[in-house]
Amino acid sequence: MNFAAPDFFPAAAEIFVAVMALAVMLSTTFARNIARSLAYALAQFTLLVTAFITIFTLDTVVINDFGGMFVHDLLGGILKLVVCFAMMIALLYGRAYLAERRLDRPEYYLLALLMMLGMMVMITANHLLPLYIGLEMMSLSLYALAAFDRDNACSTEAGMKYFVLGALASGLLLYGMSMVYGATGALELPAVAQAVAGQTANKTVLLFGLVFLVAGISFKLGVAPFHMWVPDVYQGAPTPVTLILSSAPKLAAFALALRLLAVALPGLAGHWQTMLMLVAAASIVLGNLAALVQHNIKRMLAYSGISHMGFMLLGLLSGGGGTADSTIVAYSGAMFYAIAYALMTLAAFGMVMLLSRAGFDAGEIEDFKGLNRRSPWFAVLMLFVMFSMAGIPFFIGFFAKFAVLEAVIAAGHLWLAALAVVMSLIGAFYYLRIVKLMYFDEPLDNAPISASPELQLMLSVNGVAIAALGLMPGTLLSLCRTALAASSITG
Amino acid sequence: MEFKTCVFYFLSTILVLAALRVVTARNPVHAALYLVLAFFNAGGIWLLLSAEFLAVVLVMVYIGAVMVLFLFVVMMLDIDFKKLREGFWRYLPMGATVGGLLAVEMALVLGGRYFGLDAMPEPAAKAADYSNTQELGRVLYTEYAYPFELAAFVLLIAMVAAVSLTLRRRRASKYIAPEVQVAARHEERMTLVKMAAEKKKPAGDEAAEAGAGGGR
Repeated sequence: MNFAAPDFFPAAAEIFVAVMALAVMLSTTFARNIARSLAYALAQFTLLVTAFITIFTLDTVVINDFGGMFVHDLLGGILKLVVCFAMMIALLYGRAYLAERRLDRPEYYLLALLMMLGMMVMITANHLLPLYIGLEMMSLSLYALAAFDRDNACSTEAGMKYFVLGALASGLLLYGMSMVYGATGALELPAVAQAVAGQTANKTVLLFGLVFLVAGISFKLGVAPFHMWVPDVYQGAPTPVTLILSSAPKLAAFALALRLLAVALPGLAGHWQTMLMLVAAASIVLGNLAALVQHNIKRMLAYSGISHMGFMLLGLLSGGGGTADSTIVAYSGAMFYAIAYALMTLAAFGMVMLLSRAGFDAGEIEDFKGLNRRSPWFAVLMLFVMFSMAGIPFFIGFFAKFAVLEAVIAAGHLWLAALAVVMSLIGAFYYLRIVKLMYFDEPLDNAPISASPELQLMLSVNGVAIAALGLMPGTLLSLCRTALAASSITG
Repeated sequence: MEFKTCVFYFLSTILVLAALRVVTARNPVHAALYLVLAFFNAGGIWLLLSAEFLAVVLVMVYIGAVMVLFLFVVMMLDIDFKKLREGFWRYLPMGATVGGLLAVEMALVLGGRYFGLDAMPEPAAKAADYSNTQELGRVLYTEYAYPFELAAFVLLIAMVAAVSLTLRRRRASKYIAPEVQVAARHEERMTLVKMAAEKKKPAGDEAAEAGAGGGR
C-alpha cells in the first residue's frame, strides 16, 4: 500500500482558519486584560485574510485532495467567500450589542471561528465523513452560541432546544449516510454516484437512507415540517447569534444539500425531488401564514426565513433529470437565492441591532413605529430590506424569486410555482406592515439612534447593496452559473 | 450450534439485559455498574468479530476511565434522580407507541433480507498474526488523517463550549495575596480618625419614634 502525502495548498484557507482559531484561544488566555478586543480583532483579521486567500485560489479547475475527501472547485470557493463575508458582517454588527451586555467574551469569537472552519469543511467536502464532521463542528459551535447568554433563561432554553433537536437531526442524517454506505459500499461522493448509476447498489436500502438524508438536510435548513426549532431559537438566542444563525449556516446547509443530493445521488433525483417538493410547498405555506400573526420581529423573521428556505428548495428540486444546462440554471437559481437571502437577513437583523441599545432590546415589531421620524435614512434602508424580502421589483429578492420560479416552471411544476406566487403575495402583507409602521405611525420613543458608527456604516453599505444588486443581478447570477458549471455536478 | 454462535448469544443476552437494567434500575450506582457490564459484553462481541483493538479500547477507556469518573460524579454530586425520572411513566405509552411504530415500519421496508449473509458475505478470515491495531493506525494517520484532525477539532469545540457555558469565577471568595500581606506597614494597618462627640438623644424622642414605628 503506497500513500502519497496530500497537497496542502488547496486547503490553505481551512488550515489558516484552524491555526488562527488556536492562536485566538492561546493569545486571549495570556493577555487577559485586553482579551475581549483582541479576540474580536483577531477574528476579523482571520476572516479578512481567509477571504483574500479564497479569492486568490479561485480556479475553475477541480482539484481532489486528501485522498478524494476534499474538493477544491469554484463552487466551494464562491460559497466560502460569501460565508466569510457574512461572518465578518455578523461579527461587526454584533460587537457593540455584545459589549453593552458584557457578552463579548473571547469564547464568542473563538466559537465563531471554529464554526467558520466547520462550514468551510462542509462546503469543500467530497466524502461523507468530512461532510458529517464539518456539520457537527458547525452545529456544536452554534448550540453553545445560542446558549451564550447563560444567565438568561430564554437563551439557555433556546440552546437546549436547539441542541436536543439538532442532535436528533444529526442522528437521522448519520443513519441515512450509513444506509447509503451499506447500499453502495462507498463513502466518497463521486463513488457513491457511480455505484448508484451502475445499478449495483440495492435501490430499497438507498431510498430508505435517502428519506433520512432529506430529513436531516431539511432540519439543518429549517424548513417545514422540520422547522419547530427555528422560531424559538431565533427568539431566545442573543440577537447577534440569531444573526449568525440565520445567515452563514444556511449557505453551508445549501452546500450540504447540493453535495449530498446533486453530487452523490443524482441517480435518485426523481425521488428526492418529490420529497423536496412537499417540503418546499409546506414551508412556503406555513412560513408565510405563521409570520402574519407574529408581533416579535425576531419570530417574524424566523418564519419568513422558513418560507425563504422553501423558495430556495424550489431551485434545488428543479435541477436534475433534465439537460445538463437546465440543471445548472436551476441550481444556480437556488445558489443565487441563498446568497440573496443571506444579504437580506443580515440587513434585517442588523436593523434590529441598530434600534437596540444598552438595556433595551428592540424585539417587538412595534419598536419600528415611526422610524422615519427618528432616522429617515435607516427607514429607507429598512424599506429596501422589506421590499426585497417581499420580492418587489427591482430589489435583489425579486430576482432571486424570479430565478427559482423560472426554474420550477421550466421543470414543469406549474402548480408549485402558482402556490409560491400566491403565498409570497400573502407574505408581502407582513413585510409591508413594517413599512407602514415606520412611515405612518407615531414613534413609541424618540431616543436618537445611538448605534456605533461602524454598524451604521456597514448597515448602510448592506442596505444599498440590496438595492444595487437588484439593479444589476446579472453579474451575481452569471457568477453562480459559472461556479456550478465548473463544479463536479452534472445534469 | 457452533461454539462461536453460542458465545455470541450468551454475550448478547447479558448485554441486552444489562442495558435494560441501566434504564430501569432505581439506584444510580447500580445503573452505572450495569452499564459497565453492558460495555464489557459489547467488548466481548467485538472480540468475536476479531476487532480486538476496539474491544481493548472499550474496556480500557470506557470502563477504566469514563465509567469510573461517572461513578465518582454520581456518588459525589447530590443529583435527585427521582426528579430526573419524573414523567417517565407518563410519557412512556406515547414514546413506546411512536418508537414501536417506527421500528415496525423500518422492519417492514428493510427486514433482514438486504443485510443477510447472502447480500453481505462474510469477509475472509485474516491470518492469526494479522494486527488489527497496526492496520487501524496506518489508515488513521495516512488516508484518514484529514477527518482525524477534524475530529480533534470537534473535541476542542466541545471543550470550549462546555467551559464557556459553565465556568464561573467566584467573586465572593476572599483570596489572600501574600505579597500584599507581607508588604503591609504598621502605619497602614490602623488609622485614627478624629470625630465629633455625639450626644445621646433625650428619652422622650426615642419613645415617640418607637410609637411611630409601631404604628406603621
